[in-house]
Amino acid sequence: MSFLSYLINGISLGSIYAIIALGYTMVYGIAKMLNFAHGDVIMVGAYVCFFAVTRFSLPPVVGVLLAMVVCTLLGMLIERLAYKPLRSAPSLAVLITAIGMSYFLQNSAQLLWTSNPKVFSSVVGNGALKLFDGQLSISYVTIVTIIICFAIIALLLFIVQNTKMGKAMRACSEDKGAAMLMGINVNTTISFTFAIGSALAAIAGVLLCSAYPTLMPTTGSLPGIKAFTAAVFGGIGSIPGAFLGGILLGVIEIFAKAYISTQLSDAIVFAVLILVLVIKPTGLLGHEIHEKV
Amino acid sequence: MLKVDNINVYYGAIHAIKDVSFEVQEGEIVTLIGANGAGKSTILKTISGLLHTRTGSIHYEGKDLKGIAPHNIVKMGVAHVPEGRRMFSRMTVEENLQMGAFTQPAASVADSLENVYSRFPRLKERRKQVAGTLSGGEQQMLAMGRALMSKPKLMMMDEPSMGLAPILVEQIFDIIKELNQAGSTILLVEQNALMALSVANRGYVLETGRIVLSASAKDLLNNDSVKKAYLGG
Ligand SMILES: Nc1ncnc2c1ncn2[C@@H]1O[C@H](COP(=O)(O)OP(=O)(O)OP(=O)(O)O)[C@@H](O)[C@H]1O
Ligand SMILES: [Mg+2]
Repeated sequence: MSFLSYLINGISLGSIYAIIALGYTMVYGIAKMLNFAHGDVIMVGAYVCFFAVTRFSLPPVVGVLLAMVVCTLLGMLIERLAYKPLRSAPSLAVLITAIGMSYFLQNSAQLLWTSNPKVFSSVVGNGALKLFDGQLSISYVTIVTIIICFAIIALLLFIVQNTKMGKAMRACSEDKGAAMLMGINVNTTISFTFAIGSALAAIAGVLLCSAYPTLMPTTGSLPGIKAFTAAVFGGIGSIPGAFLGGILLGVIEIFAKAYISTQLSDAIVFAVLILVLVIKPTGLLGHEIHEKV
Repeated sequence: MLKVDNINVYYGAIHAIKDVSFEVQEGEIVTLIGANGAGKSTILKTISGLLHTRTGSIHYEGKDLKGIAPHNIVKMGVAHVPEGRRMFSRMTVEENLQMGAFTQPAASVADSLENVYSRFPRLKERRKQVAGTLSGGEQQMLAMGRALMSKPKLMMMDEPSMGLAPILVEQIFDIIKELNQAGSTILLVEQNALMALSVANRGYVLETGRIVLSASAKDLLNNDSVKKAYLGG
């Protein structure tokens, strides 16, 4: 029974990684950059929801929606101000800017909200579902997290496959010059991608803090890095890859914690990642990278 | 229909296009010929809005294209079949064609598809195939078909014959003639001067970023310096 419980918790943690990884992977796929500030957008989302619920006594749902709106705008603003001017700059310059943006967000959060941890109360309450005469107990947060993650994946796949904006995203991810010649507004497409990724970051932030209720300015940083790892693990640029990578990473992490060692769990996670990348450098579901000449 | 007036285009410090002016009238096939690096592709990219001129102007149907973004130039009816085809190689043939109709109302896409398929039956056979696995000739057809999906008034083609076997080159040029007869105005960039001049009404010869000759295609075919430099004696 404990195995099943670990598995479910792993899938739930993995769902959070997956939702974050989607933001990394979509932005990478379309803008060909690693948005290291993505993890910190998660933190901002969690703070917005926290204050909406505790200070302004708004219902949790409203808090989540507010967090999504704020993060969407924040993501678009970051892209517009920090990354767009560097569209044709060397990728190292963009990477350094992204790292700088990450610190900027963390430091701003410290200034605004101090570094004292806040205790986040779960947006779905603290109850649990008891199964098998109470032998298996699954918290509501866990269940809600998994359901939301699956819903998000289904929605994103639908958007990418069937909507005009989704098709524009696919075209931009393959060849921006050719996309422009099809009449696609590449700037709008990139901005839209940041918007979606950041809205997802807000959801991830709220779910993360609902499961692990300590909220600090650095809260987004480690999950951000792990989710980035998950995106690479699954094949960066691939939406199903981010999903698979996230879930697997969560499951491996929880199993490593449960059966091997709590201290070593992160090291084990990264060891598995390196092993996968040695065997398949493009990640589990990644496709070959074509450099256009 | 298209009037390029005294443009100068730079890549950083490299002065790629020098004082170039030319015109394309509605219904014409006009060709720009020139050797590698003469600046042919640069000119097309500047018209499409991918690059910018420092001087002069480009007018299309009387409108100045200055400051108009590439996607809006497509909406105005200018299609650009880029050098090297630039397929979306992970998408299928049909998805590529649908991308070409990005600026068009959804209701008209099915008709345009039928239209392109009837012109290129080969593409219809391969509609579910991933574009990256098409042969060079099929890719060129797809690139042209994709451009047609935007219902262009002016079609610009960058070296459509590149890398194709002679029989395919003939076929591609036949199609260009047909498209023109069906009402498209065509600006054709080519290294294959003989083929280009044999379908074109008029031509311009480009050398290191400058237009050095302009005349009717017939006159260019008989011009001694053109014969020597571009037609193999
Ligand atoms: N991105 C770039 N950066 C710097 N220089 C460039 C760039 N693209 C083209 N050039 C230079 O500009 C000049 C014109 O190039 P362009 O591609 O327009 O030539 P072309 O006539 O199309 O040649 P080809 O027949 O080989 O395609 C060349 O000297 C080329 O080296
Ligand atoms: Mg060229």
